[in-house]
Amino acid sequence: MSRHPYPLGDLPSPSPKLNPAIIRRDFPILERRVHGKPLVYLDNGATSQKPRAVIDAIRHFYENGCANIHRGVHLLSGEATQAYDRARTGICRAMGAAHAEEFVFVRGTTEAINLVARSWGDLHVHAGDEILLTEMEHHANIVPWQFLAKRAGAKIRVLPITPDGALDLERLPALLTEKTRILAFTHVSNVLGTVNPAAEICKAARDRGIVTLVDGAQAVPHGPVNLSEIGCDFYVFSGHKMFGPDGIGVLYGRGKLLASLPPWQGGGDMVERVSFEESTFRPPPDRFEAGTPNISGAIGLGAAFAYHDQLNWPELREHEHNLVTATHEALLSIPGLRIQGTVPGKAPVVSFTMEGIHPHDIGTILDSEGVAIRAGNHCAQPLLARLGIQSSARASFACYNTLEEVETLANAVRKAHRYFA
Amino acid sequence: MDDHLEQLYQEIILDHSKRPRHERELHPCTGRSEGYNPLCGDKVTVFVREENGKIAEASFVGEGCAISRASASIMTTLLAGLTPEQAHAKAHEIYEMLTKAEDPALDLVENGEIAALAGVRKFPARIKCATLAWHALEDALHGEDS
Repeated sequence: MSRHPYPLGDLPSPSPKLNPAIIRRDFPILERRVHGKPLVYLDNGATSQKPRAVIDAIRHFYENGCANIHRGVHLLSGEATQAYDRARTGICRAMGAAHAEEFVFVRGTTEAINLVARSWGDLHVHAGDEILLTEMEHHANIVPWQFLAKRAGAKIRVLPITPDGALDLERLPALLTEKTRILAFTHVSNVLGTVNPAAEICKAARDRGIVTLVDGAQAVPHGPVNLSEIGCDFYVFSGHKMFGPDGIGVLYGRGKLLASLPPWQGGGDMVERVSFEESTFRPPPDRFEAGTPNISGAIGLGAAFAYHDQLNWPELREHEHNLVTATHEALLSIPGLRIQGTVPGKAPVVSFTMEGIHPHDIGTILDSEGVAIRAGNHCAQPLLARLGIQSSARASFACYNTLEEVETLANAVRKAHRYFA
Repeated sequence: MDDHLEQLYQEIILDHSKRPRHERELHPCTGRSEGYNPLCGDKVTVFVREENGKIAEASFVGEGCAISRASASIMTTLLAGLTPEQAHAKAHEIYEMLTKAEDPALDLVENGEIAALAGVRKFPARIKCATLAWHALEDALHGEDS
């Protein structure tokens, strides 16, 4: 008998929640104290915390249903396979897509982009071709393309940003040339918080027959993303930033395009027939999932989507917007403090620098007040170079954060200012 | 926690980070090396000029946090007159002070301002900030003329 109220792979669907104070109760870690102070976790852009539903789903798998998938004829293997597939189906449905086969489980955003740059890139990018990126990309959406450009003899071009931190879309048409093979861009900037108009950008590329990849790592944590509205060819994200476990993520690829691509890793589970001379490969998604996948991770990610789905996102987006507004207001009253990224409607990500105080020192002083933020270059060195800074401090919020926590943050930043002023 | 913070950001550290000594390039020099922490983007270039087997002068330039700047600044005040071997030994004393488990209980009279860096021990994430310049120094002592 299971101690759990739901069978393996099925998830509870409580009533819609709005009040962050109620949502917080779902996240056991938020009870923690650090340095004797209540934890104020504002490093959600690096990784989010996990609700009990996700932790329970993973534990339930290991305690009651651990087996490999697609292999055994025994009951546990069948259950595990079902739970794994059900996670994929749930994600497909939540993202407004029609075919679960379009969703490949990968380790995370980074692996998904490497997969596309390898499998799609080696097939379609040749000497003299262009790969178009933007100035606000994470290293994960730069380096795999550099590898590809080097292999193929292709060139990387870059769409610049405006001073307030938006993509300079007026310059997009001129950069979408007959040599451009792919446009890869972030949906939401992990530094600036800017939410890019993904549908509009994808349309501009599609009208010219150019393939698009959207990096959704920082978008999926802040409410449902509808892929049919965006109209991209590839969409990639990690589980761990949207309440799911680490080591699991998703590559969405448009059906026909994904089916036309060669595998990138060989091994078990992705093949049909194998001899020492030759092998044939299964259709997606199996073709791209060589070896035993992260089964518990996929189940945990399915649980994270189910948890996400039952939240009241229209209201929570409003709440996240209020968190940004309050943070901007509180921080800008501190002398010498500058915020990077001020585009209206931004995601709850606030990067800032302070005159005469290095972000590392800000981070250490905030930590002493229980406030966890990120300090550094945020894996976006080209963007920081464009902004004329080496590093910055970044407070990034999730829907469980509160306005009281914004106040604690602001007080801690004032303390840092006092230390160094 | 605030006690630890006070120990980390002692007056000496704040003073050196705000008004670093020997913050300039050194030409000519007998060795130079850039220390870089890719995790935070901190950069420090250390210059040394050796004469008759001893360090005559050392300096640094770079960008970094209060800890890395103070450590680099204090370092440049300690090197004149040391042989390269003595400088390496000094660097290893610092690494040990920052990483060993028990309290080093260094006093400022005996060990000079560098003892102020002992507060970093309570902040494991910041130890690399404090050692950055020293690693660059060790590298510069093996360096070529420039």
